[in-house]
Amino acid sequence: MPDLGKYAFEVLMAYGVSIAMLLALVLVSWRRATRVRAQWEKIKKNG
Amino acid sequence: MSIWKYANPTKFMGWTAPVLPWLFGLAALCLGVGLVWGFFFTPDDFRQGATVKIIYLHVPAALMAINAWIMMLVASLIWYIRRHHVSALAARAAAPIGMVMTLIALFTGAIWGKPIWGTYWEFDPRLTSFLILFLFYLGYMALWEAIEDPDTAADLTSVLCMVGSIFAILSRYAVLFWGQGLHQGASLSLDKEENVADVFWVPLLVCMAGFVLLFIALVLMRTRTEVRARQIRALENRARAQNA
Repeated sequence: MPDLGKYAFEVLMAYGVSIAMLLALVLVSWRRATRVRAQWEKIKKNG
Repeated sequence: MSIWKYANPTKFMGWTAPVLPWLFGLAALCLGVGLVWGFFFTPDDFRQGATVKIIYLHVPAALMAINAWIMMLVASLIWYIRRHHVSALAARAAAPIGMVMTLIALFTGAIWGKPIWGTYWEFDPRLTSFLILFLFYLGYMALWEAIEDPDTAADLTSVLCMVGSIFAILSRYAVLFWGQGLHQGASLSLDKEENVADVFWVPLLVCMAGFVLLFIALVLMRTRTEVRARQIRALENRARAQNA
């Protein structure tokens, strides 16, 4: 862990929140993609 | 051979499927290497101390916040001129990604601003135009949700996108237009004197590549979802019409 000195809170907060937002975006997009694909395949299968 | 054939929904689904895992893999690699490099292996700035490490998130996020809107503008214009459904759906798919990028840029900017400027927020030209851009993203997404007919929604959101482009451009050039406020000029420049030092520049470049690749991967994945959702709606409407 690098020595962030008196700015540790700011730097860690920026990294933590940004990475969490990026992961949430990927997760939400992937979950919706999976759900819609399952629905699409079900409709295709049932004709 | 025309590039427009790739906008055909069947063709689009075909060529994007094998490309997506590579894009996500490359994005993860660039982001992992860039952020670890920037966080652990770059020195503090002589003036800003360790807060300079925020640059690896703030600059790429701000870059993508503006460029996502520009991509939406191009896709909207293609929809308006050529009526390609995939381009309208791509613009819709890009909006939440651009919104998150704008939010990251605003958040990291605020948290960086406190120790450097002494305040989280100031109605400075660039900060304000970025806030307006964020509100345009929210409005754009809300408009898509509010209109039931997809073609009408695509038409109206395209107009909103064209209007919002003024703020996307303003948020990039606000510092030059007004030449005042807290925010400094561009961190990146072809002029070696003005560009950030090489020790920060190279990992920053890797992070920017990671953000660009992640954006492209997410847009393609979300557009595929929108294409399928549109097909589901069409099939359901046809089934309802047959049953009536």
